[in-house]
Amino acid sequence: MFLLLVLIPLILVLLLNINLYKAGQKTAVFAAGLFSLFQMFFVFSPKFLSTSFADMLSLKFECDGISWIMLFTISIISFASICVLYASETLSSRKKFNFANLILLSMAGMNGLVFVRDIFSIYVFIEIIAATSYVLIALDKTKKSLEASFKYLVLSSVATVMMLSAIAVLFMAAGSTEFVKVAEMYKQYGTNPLIIAATIFFIAGLFIKGGVMPFHGWLPDAYGAAPNPTSVFLAGIVTKTTGIYTLIRLYAIFDFSYSVQMVFLVFGALSVIVGAFGAINQNNFKRMLAYSSISQVGYIVLAFGSGTIMGVFAGMLHLFNHSVFKALLFVNASAIDSELKTNEIDKMAGLSSQMPVTSTTSIIAFLSTAGIPPLAGFWSKLLIIIALWFSGNREFAVVAILASVLTITYFLIMQKKVFFGKLKEKFYTIKEAPFAIRFASLFLCAITVLTGLFFPLILNFMGFLFSF
Amino acid sequence: MENLYIHIFLLFLVVITSVFAVSHFRIIRGAILLGGVSFFVSIILFMLKAPMAAMFELSVCAGLITVIFISVISITNPPYIDQRKQNRISMWKKIVALLSIILVCGVCIYIIDEKNIAFIPVMKNASAAAMTTKDSIWNMRHVDLIGQALILLTGIFAVVVLFKKGKDEK
Repeated sequence: MFLLLVLIPLILVLLLNINLYKAGQKTAVFAAGLFSLFQMFFVFSPKFLSTSFADMLSLKFECDGISWIMLFTISIISFASICVLYASETLSSRKKFNFANLILLSMAGMNGLVFVRDIFSIYVFIEIIAATSYVLIALDKTKKSLEASFKYLVLSSVATVMMLSAIAVLFMAAGSTEFVKVAEMYKQYGTNPLIIAATIFFIAGLFIKGGVMPFHGWLPDAYGAAPNPTSVFLAGIVTKTTGIYTLIRLYAIFDFSYSVQMVFLVFGALSVIVGAFGAINQNNFKRMLAYSSISQVGYIVLAFGSGTIMGVFAGMLHLFNHSVFKALLFVNASAIDSELKTNEIDKMAGLSSQMPVTSTTSIIAFLSTAGIPPLAGFWSKLLIIIALWFSGNREFAVVAILASVLTITYFLIMQKKVFFGKLKEKFYTIKEAPFAIRFASLFLCAITVLTGLFFPLILNFMGFLFSF
Repeated sequence: MENLYIHIFLLFLVVITSVFAVSHFRIIRGAILLGGVSFFVSIILFMLKAPMAAMFELSVCAGLITVIFISVISITNPPYIDQRKQNRISMWKKIVALLSIILVCGVCIYIIDEKNIAFIPVMKNASAAAMTTKDSIWNMRHVDLIGQALILLTGIFAVVVLFKKGKDEK
């Protein structure tokens, strides 16, 4: 059953590209959109947890609560990104066709990554996602996008070398790359200096992939220079899956010692603060959101640093919330870009009267990012702070609270400059973004609001998911 | 222990050839040097008693891929721009780089010889070497084969997107 979510996109790509009939960009975009919708509903199906099909092919795919949340998040963000792609006027039909194919391949890679329980298979699927991301960033073939893609390629290659070296050491020690065997080996030799070094290499590689401070250099360029649908996809799910999800998955098997937890806490706190200060100084809307993303990822890393089950739970919840509200903000940036043809904050003003949907959803997204009740971001941040406080890391809990004030600051500055104030004369003719973008905005906004309002129900459901 | 020195020497050659491959101005020579890297890697794999992996490395990476690279370069005939005068790396920088690599190799040999460091611990039932190629590819790693298919398709799209000119592109 799980295999379907990897095989269907693969088959779709093959069907779209064999010359039996000439598949146009609309067919490709609809195919990608339909698959993401299928995945969104498929994960709720009672049969989903049946492993009979996977067993038949003796594939070692497994699904648990964390995998379920990731699959749902992947489908939501991919769908939003495809909506933005559909409405995009700057991308040619050929590019839209290629984008739809690449997004299908990336989804297959992410779904595979979520199901595997083997550190080498994790590496293989991370590389699929990374390779599709290089192309997606460079899709426009402008100087900036090529430069951003190249920067990501170089840093990602460094991460790859680190992760492969670590896998080699762990494989030599455990005799296998399966999670169970590696976990056994950790119990026996977890304190060996070479094993610790391999663990740190692996974590550093994942930090690069996830854009955690101080390995975040590629992220603002990539998010800023990529085409709008790519930005939504990258910021919403790609970095979260390759970097942060893998970190959560390995957290259970690596059996981290206190010193490794301290690394998480320090780098998490650095990301939270530096990302927030970086966002305040930005004049480019997408770059500002990129720095905000670094800051929010820091919260997730901080949560893991608490070293408690509650921390992992809170980190996972914040990963979901952050994916949704950050994708929403990038969809709104796309809406503004599609109408104003710019991302420079200084050139915008008073857009709320002309773009009410974009303005309102943007306010909701930033309030959620800042952790204002009763929105989704409030609950996950509250749980992170509680996890830090009760694990004895009170100073980091204080950092997390103070950084929320910084988050409010930079979002208020952005909101004031972009949406409030007097509308510039040249923007009198500006109208709301195309329907597909507005739909994506409202869809993501509804998830943010509903997750916050019905949090007790979500909490129960997550408890059920984490029980298997 | 003698084998170890040969390994370190071969690794030194791999690093040097890789550096030359990525820093060469003529792309065709870069492709040939990459083939050289694969050749040295395959020798290391032979010495590490992984003949199948060595054969794959030699035939696919050193052979097939180098041929594909050279064919594509010959077909597309990329313009050669002589930037050597602008970007010439001074001799002393090259010497420093070479000396640092030799130093690292020397330190590695010293540590292995003198310090007698405890290498990676190996679990009692860790029997990876006993696995046959059939086992490792078809029974153990078939999930990765799906991954390989996905990477292949992604590679094709990367070439199409980045190198094929659209009607609207200059």
